Amino acid sequence: MKARAQSLTAQYLRPKLTHPGPRGNQGPGGQTPAHQRNTGWVEKRKPHPLTAVSSPASPFYAGPSLHGSCFSHALYATELTCTSRAIDGNRNCFAAGTEIAFLRLPFLVHGDNDGEREHQKLLEAISSLDGKNRQKLAERSEASLKVSEFNVSSEGSGEKLVLADLLEPVKTTSSLATVKKQLNRVKSKKTVELPLNKEEIERIHREVAFNKTAKVLSKWDPVVLKNRQAEQLVFPLEKEEPAIAPIEHVLSGWKARTPLEQEIFNLLHKNKQPVADPLLTPVEKASLQAMSLEEAKMRRAELQRARALQSYYEAKARREKKIKSKKYHKVVKKGKAKKALKEFEQLRKVNPAAALEELEKIEKARMMERMSLKHQNSGKWAKSKAIMAKYDLEARQAMQEQLAKNKELTQKLQVASEIEEEEGGTEEKVEELLVPDVVNEVQMNADGPNPWMLRSCTSDTKEAATQEDPEQLPEPEAHEVSENSSSQEVLSELRVLSQKLKENDQSRKQKASSEGTVPQVQREEPAPEEEAPLLLQRPERVQTLEELEELGKEECFQNKELSRPVLEGQQSERTPNNRPDAPKKKKKEQMIDLQNLLTTQSPSVKSLAVPTIEELEDEEERNQRQMIKEAFAGDDVIRDFLKEKREAVEASKPKDVDLTLPGWGEWGGVGLKPSAKKRRRFLIKAPEGPPRKDKNLPNVIINEKRNIHTAAHQVRVLPYPFTHHWQFERTIQTPIGSTWNTQRAFQKLTTPKVITKPGHIIKPIKAEDVGYRSSSRSDLSVIQRNPKRITTRHKKQLKKSSVD
Amino acid sequence: RRWAELVPESSWSPAVGASKMKVKMLSRNPDNYVRETKLDLQRVPRNYDPTLHPFEVPREYVRALNATKLERVFAKPFLASLDGHRDGVNCLAKHPKNLATILSGACDGEVRIWNLTQRNCIRTIQAHEGFVRGICTRFCGTSFFTVGDDKTVKQWKMDGPGYGEEEEPLHTILGKTVYTGIDHHWKEAVFATCGQQVDIWDEQRTNPICSMTWGFDSISSVKFNPVETFLLGSCASDRNIVLYDMRQATPLKKVILDMRTNTICWNPMEAFIFTAANEDYNLYTFDMRALDTPVMVHMDHVSAVLDVDYSPTGKEFVSASFDKSIRIFPVDKSRSREVYHTKRMQHVICVKWTSDSKYIMCGSDEMNIRLWKANASEKLGVLTSREKAAKDYNQKLKEKFQHYPHIKRIARHRHLPKSIYSQIQEQRIMKEARRRKEVNRIKHSKPGSVPIVSEKKKHIVAVVK
Repeated sequence: MKARAQSLTAQYLRPKLTHPGPRGNQGPGGQTPAHQRNTGWVEKRKPHPLTAVSSPASPFYAGPSLHGSCFSHALYATELTCTSRAIDGNRNCFAAGTEIAFLRLPFLVHGDNDGEREHQKLLEAISSLDGKNRQKLAERSEASLKVSEFNVSSEGSGEKLVLADLLEPVKTTSSLATVKKQLNRVKSKKTVELPLNKEEIERIHREVAFNKTAKVLSKWDPVVLKNRQAEQLVFPLEKEEPAIAPIEHVLSGWKARTPLEQEIFNLLHKNKQPVADPLLTPVEKASLQAMSLEEAKMRRAELQRARALQSYYEAKARREKKIKSKKYHKVVKKGKAKKALKEFEQLRKVNPAAALEELEKIEKARMMERMSLKHQNSGKWAKSKAIMAKYDLEARQAMQEQLAKNKELTQKLQVASEIEEEEGGTEEKVEELLVPDVVNEVQMNADGPNPWMLRSCTSDTKEAATQEDPEQLPEPEAHEVSENSSSQEVLSELRVLSQKLKENDQSRKQKASSEGTVPQVQREEPAPEEEAPLLLQRPERVQTLEELEELGKEECFQNKELSRPVLEGQQSERTPNNRPDAPKKKKKEQMIDLQNLLTTQSPSVKSLAVPTIEELEDEEERNQRQMIKEAFAGDDVIRDFLKEKREAVEASKPKDVDLTLPGWGEWGGVGLKPSAKKRRRFLIKAPEGPPRKDKNLPNVIINEKRNIHTAAHQVRVLPYPFTHHWQFERTIQTPIGSTWNTQRAFQKLTTPKVITKPGHIIKPIKAEDVGYRSSSRSDLSVIQRNPKRITTRHKKQLKKSSVD
Repeated sequence: RRWAELVPESSWSPAVGASKMKVKMLSRNPDNYVRETKLDLQRVPRNYDPTLHPFEVPREYVRALNATKLERVFAKPFLASLDGHRDGVNCLAKHPKNLATILSGACDGEVRIWNLTQRNCIRTIQAHEGFVRGICTRFCGTSFFTVGDDKTVKQWKMDGPGYGEEEEPLHTILGKTVYTGIDHHWKEAVFATCGQQVDIWDEQRTNPICSMTWGFDSISSVKFNPVETFLLGSCASDRNIVLYDMRQATPLKKVILDMRTNTICWNPMEAFIFTAANEDYNLYTFDMRALDTPVMVHMDHVSAVLDVDYSPTGKEFVSASFDKSIRIFPVDKSRSREVYHTKRMQHVICVKWTSDSKYIMCGSDEMNIRLWKANASEKLGVLTSREKAAKDYNQKLKEKFQHYPHIKRIARHRHLPKSIYSQIQEQRIMKEARRRKEVNRIKHSKPGSVPIVSEKKKHIVAVVK
């Protein structure tokens, strides 16, 4: 069939090959290089049916996969394209022609003998129908019908013949019209695109290959990232297999060599002991075989179940044993006891004889218990508890419980008699019962009638109360001591608030109110930490200021002089700069409050300028100022700064040292404070330090802490991985030495980042090491399947060398 | 000793008579401090409450300072010098299976195999006429390959010839052109040579199974990727580095640098990272997927860098330079952490990091191979557990306080030969001048007209697809 198809194509294509060209009659032997040269070109034209067949662009790729006949056509077709390309003059039309040929090719290939025959028959029938056209039809050959040079398709070649079609040529219309049309269409068609040049093709190849490789490589990204961030890496990466073979292998490989060994071997063989496979002896095997299958299965299932149950039980027991909670165990024990009691009751009802027996057993156990000194605070546990008892309430309770138990056990109490009593009832025994009961009760729990115990008990509770109290009491104290300032602040705040309420009334009454109030406030609190209340107060103040302003405008100069700087200070926020002499007036220069500043009298120099400015000021400006004021109502920069400075000053001040020891020279105890006299005596006043450098610079804070000698040892720039200084400080602050850490923590903190084993070769990372599947194909096999991409230059060299 | 204490009895045990007062001594449980046997360690109760241990930071700082000083005191990295070659050592190779064996090729065509533990030469082969350009071992360690100036590739058995046999190569391939480098595939019987083009050879054949070119230039070295073994990198004298894919039999990409690259080395732990040793005194670490910007520019050498090799852990690499020194760089740092030099060591041509990542070997112009410790102050031999713990602790302390100026100064202090020292000064001045000029240019021109190019991008001329 292949041969036929080939001959067919040859027949169809031959007309094209008649053109004189350099490679016109090139045989199949010389086609490889030509094909290679044109691969790019062929590949470019994607919709081409032929290239779809031979798309891998290389005979090496395409070769084995192609079906025989198709392949031969492909070869011919390639040849054809080369030929048509070689001819320069009328390349276009040839190209077009070949295209048609290709289009037809698959059809031809599939055209069978039967089809041909049928077609022939049909043609004969047609020719017999019309005598006039007979000659013409006979002339028309298959080739010219189907393969036309000018893209002229022979219409209806594949269709079924209808009578109407046959009658058409009878009509006078010229059949050439359609042909002409088609010819025109061919003329208007554009030329086929030029193939890319070699460099560009290579570039595309490279780019594709690069993208592929990059994709392959990017699978390593997570691994690389993980390794880079790893706390610890241990090399070599792959685990080495221990060279221990399973025992069966060793045994099977072993052979008796020495006479002694052989002797033993023989003995073993005689006894049919397993030598090679030590799993089952022959006897066992035989017994296994003896058992029927079903029986064996059942037995196996049974065994399995038993084993499973056992393992469950074991696991449960293990788990329960592991539980450390004493309470849990107590509960469990109690539950068990209850259960036992219940069972016993039931047993007594059902089977009194058995119950009696049981009772005897219990009694015996009790006796044993009494004989042993188990509950007499003499065991290891009890001793340890005794040590702890003084400090630990729980331990004490546990001890007491044990003692109680002891009492209970050592009691001469006959449960059996109880039953008897129930049965018969004797008074003596009741009495006997009663007497020790009372005694026991007294000793068991302190709630008995013993007044001493009662006393101690109450005292206990009292003590407990007092013990609890000091726990609660000193806390606020400590709080007070440590955060004295803060609590004071709160207090002062409250006080101030209450005063504010009063003052509000006053200020409404008195016009120059603010001047008066603030000193008052200050007098009350030595440390003027009243930011919050002041802030609260602010709107009101502003109000008063505005009032003042208005007053200043309307009324006397005095008031204007007063209000102007105030306003400026408030609005442009630079009052502190303007007032270097202001602090001098105050006793506490450092404690200047903005309010004070604002409300105290301004120097006359300032006030001189005021009226002129005021004149310039107009409505708009004021509006704007008002707006700014409103916009920045929340953040008060001056106040913040002042607060900061005040804190800095406070912090830099030398602190007084309080050396009073509570309880020395006077009564001490909880809730008692050393007397004021004593405190005064042992308070060492810190000497006044040198004046601060920024004392006279109200808008500057000069840090006097910085020491150039220590600065030389300090890190100046935040090191790289840290984003904030506190991170760095924290890492420095946490010690890593064993002096400050437990052994385990020390080991963990000092683990090296990379561990290598001495004398071990570290191999490059492998895909298998990190759980990837390495490519199954070896690089070599792939490269051998790929074409030899040897350049022509190289090829020439090789040829030369072979010739030489 | 503690004072006796009066304890009201009722507070602890109701079992004893309530009315009595009992004098009780504060007792200590001997279990807590008595050893069971004499061989037991004394129990030292510790309280790790931080309030009880003030000055932890200053104490650790002092410890760190001492550790750093001791590190410098004990920094004696030079171990041995292997002499015997009669010309400069041109190439080195590690044995893939044996840590103690190394191979070296000299400029007179002689190949020597050395035993590092005995520090002697165990075999000498006159392999080529002219230089031994490249040497590489087979992945299984049974044979090795050499290329030389006599246009041949020769395969040799690792074991010496038997008694009476002649020293002969297993195979010899006579090529058309000079081969300048060789590298063996990490898994298969394939090797690659470079010269005018990169050839990939099957060991069984006398013709290359594939040869790849991109332009015409002499390629100075070719290296297989140890992780993704089908990848190759080469560097050529026309300043470029070319990457190839063996499976697709095509070059992938080319990057052109300012100056010529002498060698490249792939990171054995990170498949896509390689480092190039350049003539412009720098080393460039690239991610092969983004060649337009190197991941890191490593600078410290004061002359051309001739060779580079990665530590098998992939965390550091060592570089050999024409300035008669070798330097160790962490992969993620642009400055070296260590510099090794001796008075007698001349231009270092080749360098290798041993496979256990403990030692470094370098071959230099003056015919010697030198063996160095990779970690200069490391104590060799087996360490006791206490020594190990102390070492780890000191290491961590040094890391923790490394940013403190005094510690940093001591840790960074190195003695350098005068030539290198003065060169560094000179280059610093030059660099500063260049920087100043650039800043001035930017300052005095229209904003945006002078582009600011980062140091990383400055040295990349182009990336060719």
